[in-house]
Amino acid sequence: MGSSVAGAAFAQSALAESSANAEDGYGMLVDTTECIGCRKCEWACAQENKLSDKPVEAFEDPSAFEEPRRMTADAYTVVNRYDIPDQPAQHTFVKAQCMHCLRPACVSACLVGALRRQPSGQVTYDAWKCMGCRYCMVACPFQVPAYQYDNALTPVVSKCNFCFNRVQNEGKMPACADMCPPMCLTFAKRSELLRLAHQKIEANPDRYLDHVYGEHELGGTAWMYLTSRPVTELGLLEFDAKAIPDRTEPMQHAIFKMGVPPMLLFGLLTVAMKTFEHKEEE
Amino acid sequence: MSHAGHPISVRRGLLTPGAAVLAGLALIGLGAAAYRFLFGIGAASNLSNQYPWGIWIGIDVASGVALAAGGFTSAAVAHIFHQHKYEVLVRPALLTAMLGYTFAVLGLFADLGRFYNIWHPMIPMMWQGNSVLFEVAMCVMVYLNILYIEFLPIVCERFAGRVSLPGPLRALNPMVERALRIAQATLGKMMFLFIVGGVVLSCMHQSSLGSLLLIAPYKVNPLWYTPVMPMLFLLSAFSAGFAMVIFESLLSAWTFRLAPETKVLASYSRFLVVFLGVYLVAKGTDFVIRDAYHSLLAGGIAPVMFLVEICAGIVLPLLLLVSPRVRGTALGLFAASGLVVGGVLLNRVNVFLVAFRPPYAQTPYFPSLVESLITLGLISALVLTYRVFVTIFPILPAGECVPARELAAEDIPAETEPYAA
Ligand code: SF4
Ligand code: SF4
Repeated sequence: MGSSVAGAAFAQSALAESSANAEDGYGMLVDTTECIGCRKCEWACAQENKLSDKPVEAFEDPSAFEEPRRMTADAYTVVNRYDIPDQPAQHTFVKAQCMHCLRPACVSACLVGALRRQPSGQVTYDAWKCMGCRYCMVACPFQVPAYQYDNALTPVVSKCNFCFNRVQNEGKMPACADMCPPMCLTFAKRSELLRLAHQKIEANPDRYLDHVYGEHELGGTAWMYLTSRPVTELGLLEFDAKAIPDRTEPMQHAIFKMGVPPMLLFGLLTVAMKTFEHKEEE
Repeated sequence: MSHAGHPISVRRGLLTPGAAVLAGLALIGLGAAAYRFLFGIGAASNLSNQYPWGIWIGIDVASGVALAAGGFTSAAVAHIFHQHKYEVLVRPALLTAMLGYTFAVLGLFADLGRFYNIWHPMIPMMWQGNSVLFEVAMCVMVYLNILYIEFLPIVCERFAGRVSLPGPLRALNPMVERALRIAQATLGKMMFLFIVGGVVLSCMHQSSLGSLLLIAPYKVNPLWYTPVMPMLFLLSAFSAGFAMVIFESLLSAWTFRLAPETKVLASYSRFLVVFLGVYLVAKGTDFVIRDAYHSLLAGGIAPVMFLVEICAGIVLPLLLLVSPRVRGTALGLFAASGLVVGGVLLNRVNVFLVAFRPPYAQTPYFPSLVESLITLGLISALVLTYRVFVTIFPILPAGECVPARELAAEDIPAETEPYAA
């Protein structure tokens, strides 16, 4: 039953783990020191994913920066402005979207496999499998997936899919990176990006903090950030390196490995039942 | 066989003011549910991208399942460990569990955005064994069916030999009759499988409900977040199970003017003391090991809720129950078990709602009116259904205040003794 399935999946997840490290999927490097806050990536994303038909001018309204925003069902990505205290003229702009974790919590959480991590690095979603339980939203440490709460019949979990179709089938770059002035969003294999990021830091130690956000956080993410200020000042959260599924999956598997403990309990209780029955008959 | 006589149907009219209130609330809940299904979760609830889970999960599902634990704890005591004096408590607990799980699933329907896909976890192609929720879903589904099967002998006892469906359904009478006979003949021998299976499945999903939020280490308040949450959930489910049985037994005795089973319940409460004590020790030890005290000093409602949960829900009832004077009276038992039930309910609400604080959230979650009306309606409908079932089926012990004793005796064919008796 459930337990033996969990047992079988144990082997699977061990496999997935080693392959996640071995394979080299796509990634994106966000250089926050280059971002000018034009929000063209938001517009490109909305176009590509048919999230809204707002004209590009709608994305030029500076009032959007007054309060930090989060992703919604019709915005897979948002750019926020973080002011530098005492230096009103200087800002840092930070783009937010799904981080495409190497060991995604959302994928581990989804009970029907509607969320999946592709070998090429994208975390994708199959609406037709989804039950709408929203456990993925509970699980995501970056608080990324949004829900179409206003859709009464066919709501979907909305999040960036790293332009999976565009990249894999059309051979193009993700829409945001295509639109962005070069140097701010760099799309490439993750290993290359890591090399690039550390090169940049080495070449400009005054410009960057020596930290590639996403290199190790929660087991690593496909999207990574270079910053000149501590990440916590930029609306990014601090995490340790332990992947989220490592907190739940081993326990699940230890308890239900191959269904042995439940079977054992079943056997024990049956024996107890029969023993007490006999005692009674005597 | 139980000492208090075989269970019989309650012979009291259903048309009481209490039942009318329940029916009213259930109807309002039905209206609220219609609103939810017509206009969507967004229109009906305060759920958001920050707070994907609210009272439909925290109360209807998580608390509902915990409070339905009496089904497996009482089955284990009476049928596996053959403590026959507690036989009288089995049927009410079984009914509560059956209805509790049924209504938990109904509540889930309101919460699922794509409720029509609720069967997806049954499709092997979609199985995702790494998901805690997958295991919970499978266990609950199988266990719900086991509960229906465990209830079948009661249906047989009541109707075998006297099936008389009304009107055009009359043609089905012989068929139903045959089905009941077959069930009667086969179930007895297989029932032990279902009883033991039900206990195993319960242990699995009661603890896994506690694993659900392990996946959100950065969102759950450290007062509650601990790797041993599954164990704490299991221990508190045991406690809730025993407490619920005592609480309900007294409540229905008073409602239906039966003699309360104070003696049986007092000795039954020893199980509650043991499990509640172990729960307290486990929770306390974990708290100390994790050095979680400084979270108590953080402001806000969470520390208060935590302390109430521990003091009023565990420590106080434990103190009450260890005193033989309190334990020996119906009122004392009622108070203590009520506190435990409330404490476990509060724990589930705390873990799923109060402790859940996503980092980017600005305003905390509070349920909307429609959301609350659905939950309230489900609870009312549950109690009302219980009331109807004890009127139709032989569930409650025939206390001395029931006049129709002789009737009950001839009502019961000898071969339909409860399976494990
Ligand atoms: S950021 Fe969240 S939604 Fe995106 S892959 Fe990671 S866990 Fe999943
Ligand atoms: S809401 Fe959909 S995608 Fe998210 S965990 Fe539930 S079934 Fe999976």
